Amino acid sequence: MTPLIKISNLKKAYGIFTVLHGIDLDIAEGEVVCVIGPSGSGKSTLIRCINRLESFSDESSIVVDGVVVGPGEALAKVRAEVGMVFQSFNLFPHLTVLKNVMLAPMRVRGTKPAEAERKARELLARVGIAEQAEKYPGKLSGGQQQRVAIARALAMEPKVMLFDEPTSSLDPEMVGEVLDVMKSLAGTGVTMVVVTHEMGFARQVADRVIFMDGGRIIEQNTPSKIFDNPKEERTRSFLRSVLDH
Amino acid sequence: MNLLNTFFNIPVLIDTFPLLLSGLLVTLEIGVTSIITGLAGGLFLALVRLYGPGPIPFLSKIYIDIFRSIPLLVLLIIVYYALPFVGIRFSPFVSAVVALTLVSSAYTAEIFRAGIEAIPHGQFEASQALGLSSRHMMVDVILPQAIRIVIPPLTNNCINVLKDTALASVVAMPDLLKQATQAQALAANPTPLIGAALIYVALLWPLVAIVARLEKHFGKDKRP
Repeated sequence: MTPLIKISNLKKAYGIFTVLHGIDLDIAEGEVVCVIGPSGSGKSTLIRCINRLESFSDESSIVVDGVVVGPGEALAKVRAEVGMVFQSFNLFPHLTVLKNVMLAPMRVRGTKPAEAERKARELLARVGIAEQAEKYPGKLSGGQQQRVAIARALAMEPKVMLFDEPTSSLDPEMVGEVLDVMKSLAGTGVTMVVVTHEMGFARQVADRVIFMDGGRIIEQNTPSKIFDNPKEERTRSFLRSVLDH
Repeated sequence: MNLLNTFFNIPVLIDTFPLLLSGLLVTLEIGVTSIITGLAGGLFLALVRLYGPGPIPFLSKIYIDIFRSIPLLVLLIIVYYALPFVGIRFSPFVSAVVALTLVSSAYTAEIFRAGIEAIPHGQFEASQALGLSSRHMMVDVILPQAIRIVIPPLTNNCINVLKDTALASVVAMPDLLKQATQAQALAANPTPLIGAALIYVALLWPLVAIVARLEKHFGKDKRP
């Protein structure tokens, strides 16, 4: 079966500093992949390349659902199929929660307002904030904002959801509510790529865990094998530093 | 008493008031037209300076820098008195509007640019990640937020344009100042000039007060 996302020889550099050293990675449809690793290991850059928020070297190639991710026309198509949730939420502060969720389907897919609103309310109910629909994002807690951001991305009915450290800027007591939404999402069959520091989430939800360091994939395996029996010394020392304290 | 008769001569003011009002109308025509064209031109310049292809951003920057440097009076005189030598002849009204627009759009462009650049990068990324086109990103996400930021400086710029319309009197435009100087000559009394000054203040004071309120209002507005 052809993978939904095929990343080949992904290279990225800022000047003389190389962030990604030729990553090869296939992700199957419906797979939940968690990417872990120390800060600066290139894991965020990796997933930001998938919808080309970061440009990458011409010798690299990323194909999402048969469409090459490059500059130009096809990029809009890829982005419409790939939802993204950011560390800093990035909700549109001048629009109500409901309008945040309705905007992209109306503008990109041409969905009629009534249909977009029906869908948006359904999604807001699914992430547990139906009653906040008329509020502005600034009135919501961080956890609520991030759940709106998830609903906003889901409104495009993406094939792939990218999560870039979705709980890293949340107060500890709000991490759980966001992870719960992501867990239930993982059960629906949507392909997920999650950059995270939440080892418990990765262990419980991921089909595959990828450990990155220094712009390379050091090791990848099922969660139980990565967490209980890591093969590489670098994986072991990273897991020791995040788990034993 | 002499001072009152000279500067605040009520009969003279009453006689010349219709003339002053017709001047005010011309002033408003020039001002409002120039403000609208200046806003449109400024937004266009700001967008091409930020996102135009090839050399266009650089050319836009050159335009903005030149027209922010040139004194408006000099530009107006060039447009009205120099351009006819190359066969370009504008009416006094058009000359005034062209000169004011050229300068106002340069200032407005810088205001819009600052407003757009003040929008956090994450707003652009979220729009792109959703698949919004550049046009929709600007119209639905970036500009509505930028406009809140730029309303106070834009209003300030409008005040400046309205004040600068007085320069149109040098190209024989019958604006408020020109009518006042003419009325002064007719009445052999400077009261119409004082009247004109009071009309300018009455027109612009409310705007100045609005700017102060807007700055306070948007200043305390905490963005998430």
